[in-house]
Amino acid sequence: MIWNEKMETMSREELTALQSERLVTTVKRVYENVPAYRAKMDAIGLKPEDIKGVEDLPKLPFTTKADLRDNYPFGLFAVPQDEIVRVHASSGTTGKPTVVGYTENDIKMWSECVARCMTMAGITKKDIVQVAYGYGLFTGGLGAHYGAEYMGATTVPMGTGNTQKLITLMKDFGATAIACTPSYLLHIAEVLKEGGDLDKIKLRAAVCGAEPWTEEMRHQIEETLGIAAHDIYGLSEVMGPGVACDCSYHKGLHVCEDHFIPEIISPTTLEPVKEGELGELVFTTITKEGLPLIRYRTRDLTSITYDKCECGRTTCRISRFKGRSDDMLIIRGVNVFPSQVEEALLHVDGVSPHYLIIVDRVNNLDTLEIMVEVDEKFFSDEIKGLEALSKKIAHSVQQMIGLNAKIKLVEPRTIERSMGKAVRVQDKRKLV
Amino acid sequence: MQAKQLSVFIENREGRLDEVLAVIKSVNVNILSLSLADTSEYGLLRLIVSDPAAADAALKENGFSSMLTSVLVVRLDNKVGSLQDFLALLAKANINLEYMYGLTIEKGGKASLVIKASDLDIAADVLKNAGADLLSDEEIAKL
Repeated sequence: MIWNEKMETMSREELTALQSERLVTTVKRVYENVPAYRAKMDAIGLKPEDIKGVEDLPKLPFTTKADLRDNYPFGLFAVPQDEIVRVHASSGTTGKPTVVGYTENDIKMWSECVARCMTMAGITKKDIVQVAYGYGLFTGGLGAHYGAEYMGATTVPMGTGNTQKLITLMKDFGATAIACTPSYLLHIAEVLKEGGDLDKIKLRAAVCGAEPWTEEMRHQIEETLGIAAHDIYGLSEVMGPGVACDCSYHKGLHVCEDHFIPEIISPTTLEPVKEGELGELVFTTITKEGLPLIRYRTRDLTSITYDKCECGRTTCRISRFKGRSDDMLIIRGVNVFPSQVEEALLHVDGVSPHYLIIVDRVNNLDTLEIMVEVDEKFFSDEIKGLEALSKKIAHSVQQMIGLNAKIKLVEPRTIERSMGKAVRVQDKRKLV
Repeated sequence: MQAKQLSVFIENREGRLDEVLAVIKSVNVNILSLSLADTSEYGLLRLIVSDPAAADAALKENGFSSMLTSVLVVRLDNKVGSLQDFLALLAKANINLEYMYGLTIEKGGKASLVIKASDLDIAADVLKNAGADLLSDEEIAKL
């Protein structure tokens, strides 16, 4: 099944022509409406009319998370604020979140993209879809929700945090599809298995995203639950979930190319790489009104193929992600930068700047542990004093990144000092 | 009269206590008593030693988190009920005990206790007024 036959199967020539036309309009619009873009283009002597089509894309300057931070909160919006109907926010590299805005059309376009992805996963309007992403500022919950509703499916806004209730409703409603992070789905599968409930559910499809996962994990989910699991990709800056998804052939994620132009660049030279080569994924949005992004560096490492897929779609496919070109971690679907953790620690009096973030996956759920050196300045001779310190640190981290971390106090100078850049993160999860 | 206790933060891992003791030995300081409070991940070693300042400095030099804390060291008669008698005095004065451990039994049947209380000054006054025998660092060093 293909949701939008016209857009998803048009010839590459038609698609390129459409992208070119939309790119030219977008560049003109951001140049006229967003001072930050105009300044960037002026600085290199680039005029909107220099961009005549997708082949001119490499002439345009990049946009990064730092640009969003520098123009916090609404500085990069290309429409007056009263045309923005929704904002979401995700982690910035420091305390300030990255804010994104959507017009009414943007929300429709987003829903359309999610509907295409859900269709790739075999979901139709006849399905009952449980959305078990976090609702709120995070784009996962509302993004998947609007997409499922848009395609006419019966949408259940579960959110996260109550697995038992989710399972009860999954059984009682006869839910046939679910949207959540892959690690959460594995966890749900285990709880179902332990409760002897695997044969009491009607689940048959899942769209999983918001964190990287492996083919092995997909097979494990599919075998345990007897369903088809699909990888949905997106990032809030570009839109949210629904930028790309894999079809039933699972040979890469189809990009909604009539809305987003992907490029792969070398993270070191910043030059485009050859087709099929690994590099950093860059997106240019060509239909978004609220927050158009020109050559936004996602920091996700992948490759692209433009070959026609066996499913009939002509849109290009990105391969499974091979990591990041920055130090961002995705923990339980939440983007975390070590610099945020550092800032949270510094908010607690007397905490030394020596710490180590340990991320692991236990029973398919990500765990976050932060080792902090107990400096003599805030050392207490009473256990309750040390426990209060751990709690204070945990609270500060929770406030900053929205995740509960286990704080482990360790002796001074036990966290390895390295020459040059300190090793702040130990990611023990085996994902790639 | 308050005495100085040496407190050391140690992680729960093999050989760590041994290393602390080795450092204290290296500066020729004698350990008169100790108590080890443990949690699942770390322990707090509290010591009464012959020269707390010297041991503290040596530990810090060797990268340990250590500190000197004021405590009361009270000498009791080694007989039935003497501990209860003086704890009752502290309770009456609304003083909470943070922790407590035994120190030593001397010749002549006296037993000493180390006490950390919520208000050390008031606790010291209460005990002194009741005629309790509080030991100074100098007296402890001679034990």
